[in-house]
Amino acid sequence: MTQACITIKKMTMAYGDFIIQRDLDFKINQGDIFVIMGGSGCGKSTLMMHLIGMIVPSKGDIYYGKENLWGSNASNQRLLLNKTGVLFQSGALLSSMTLGENIALPIAEHTELNKKNIQEIVDYKLSLVGLAGFSDFYPSEISGGMQKRAGLARAMALDPEILFFDEPSAGLDPISSKLLDDLILSLRDNLNATIVMVTHELASIFAIGSNSVFLDPESKTMIAEGDPKKLLKTSQDERVIKFLSRSKKK
Amino acid sequence: MSFYGNWTTGSFSSGVEELLLRLDNHPKIKKLTFSTKKLDDWDSFFMAQLILIMDFAKRKKITIDTKSLPKGIQGLLELAYSVPEREGARKQKKKTSWIELIGNSLLSAKVELKNLVTFLGDLIQSSFSLIKGTGRFRFVDLMTYIQDCGPASLPIVSLISFLVGLILAFVGALQLSLFGAQMYLADLVGLGMTREMGALMVGIIMAGRTGASYAAQIGTMNVNSEIDALKTMGFNPMEFLVMPRMLALILVMPLLCLYADFMGMLGGAAVAIGLFDISSTEYWTRTELAVQLKDVLVGLFKASIFGILIAYSGCIRGMQCGRSASAVGDAATSAVVTGIIFIVISDSLITILFNQLGI
Ligand SMILES: Nc1ncnc2c1ncn2[C@@H]1O[C@H](COP(=O)(O)OP(=O)(O)OP(=O)(O)O)[C@@H](O)[C@H]1O
Ligand SMILES: [Mg+2]
Repeated sequence: MTQACITIKKMTMAYGDFIIQRDLDFKINQGDIFVIMGGSGCGKSTLMMHLIGMIVPSKGDIYYGKENLWGSNASNQRLLLNKTGVLFQSGALLSSMTLGENIALPIAEHTELNKKNIQEIVDYKLSLVGLAGFSDFYPSEISGGMQKRAGLARAMALDPEILFFDEPSAGLDPISSKLLDDLILSLRDNLNATIVMVTHELASIFAIGSNSVFLDPESKTMIAEGDPKKLLKTSQDERVIKFLSRSKKK
Repeated sequence: MSFYGNWTTGSFSSGVEELLLRLDNHPKIKKLTFSTKKLDDWDSFFMAQLILIMDFAKRKKITIDTKSLPKGIQGLLELAYSVPEREGARKQKKKTSWIELIGNSLLSAKVELKNLVTFLGDLIQSSFSLIKGTGRFRFVDLMTYIQDCGPASLPIVSLISFLVGLILAFVGALQLSLFGAQMYLADLVGLGMTREMGALMVGIIMAGRTGASYAAQIGTMNVNSEIDALKTMGFNPMEFLVMPRMLALILVMPLLCLYADFMGMLGGAAVAIGLFDISSTEYWTRTELAVQLKDVLVGLFKASIFGILIAYSGCIRGMQCGRSASAVGDAATSAVVTGIIFIVISDSLITILFNQLGI
């Protein structure tokens, strides 16, 4: 029996009065590669911001293991969130620091390593995402896709148990995005990490996704969940099939 | 309905609105077909008009036959209607009465006050953790900010405080010469600069220079989700972003103020020596006699307070910044405005207080 890593219970997300999604109810299991799918603007990034504790749900709860994310004090919440690493849709590298400094920042904060060891880890993480040698570049000096990858390296800096990626492969060429899929798989297999990602890349959804949730902007709720490969075969919902098959068969 | 001629953004045509108004008076129409054989050229203008007609027809329950339209137009229409408009997504535009406006601004003033106080509370909390030694920021950051607001702002501080000293001397000299008391020029400039003008001028310069740049820096970080990223890595933005900026200003402001005092006296001396035949030794002796350590310290105290206020207003505006380029501009503007208001109010309060205490 796999363990539930994150549980979402009856959650409603809203910006002010404008409801984005309601009645979200699903589980992310330990070791899952969990895909959040849905059309542009349906609230995937918003859902991710909720999962990482940046936005308070307007209704419902989020559990990390058995602990309610918003049920206890701030320091306890911090402990729960320390297990996570996040790649934002925009990369969100600190623009006043070099890539190396960006990646070193969480390592220096949460470990007792000395400068030299930190730099070794930084170089290793950069080479994992194909950016070896770019340690001294500033985010403004590299391309969008490279910023994305550097953000990925920073998210992985502390080998977190749960990784959140918002469109990791957006802006990457097919070969890099295949490498990215391999990287994600090996993170899961070797570090036993759980991965939650927002993505539109059908190839990688089917290649590595093991569980998913599908958000629909019109009914403003989730309309499907489960293994994307099975969803494609068994789903009765036209919207889901249309999305997963690029509307080849209608 | 048949179209002919050019239907492009460049052509002169009034659109179909009038036609639709006339159609409104014929409730018997149940079906519309289009003929476009004589249509020469079309672009988005034509498409927008077509969509107007389609929406009108939908409201009036008139069936529309689009089959007769060219293939390209049919395809575009299908695209336009393939994703239905999101319910509630279109922003409602409504008129507000002035009573409502007053009410709204009162309510937002209340929210604003709450934000100011909350930020202050957070700030005090982070200062405590800084004192306890658990507050964290990068030492290089502090150094950069000190460099930024210290040495880098010397030129403008020199210019302005020199000129302010000069103006003080001019205005004072004219009055004093009425009583033949030009001798006291040095007292006036010295006391004026150290107790008041030095700190005030440095405060206003730094509010415009550093306060605005703090707001813009932090605001841009907010636009770029950098602040969210910091939070997910377990940093408190208050400690990491605000504290070093505030520390830098608290350290630098008194020094700048001291420098401004000196420059102001230099300006005063220029007027006194150049125009009113006071010798330089005379001027400096009088200054030494008139200005006491106490007066200089009062100015330095004010400058530190202004430093806190500038950093406070710059950082809070940056943190509150919305997620767009214009929001960053607004944040910078309102940081300067807030900063100057804070400076002037606190200056008056401190002056009154010291006056009462006889300092
Ligand atoms: N700060 C905000 N304030 C108000 N509404 C917002 C805000 N951010 C996003 N929204 C709204 O929330 C909805 C969902 O946005 P979100 O960024 O989560 O979409 P998404 O699914 O990630 O889209 P994409 O695939 O294009 O990244 C959008 O319709 C948008 O209008
Ligand atoms: Mg998104």
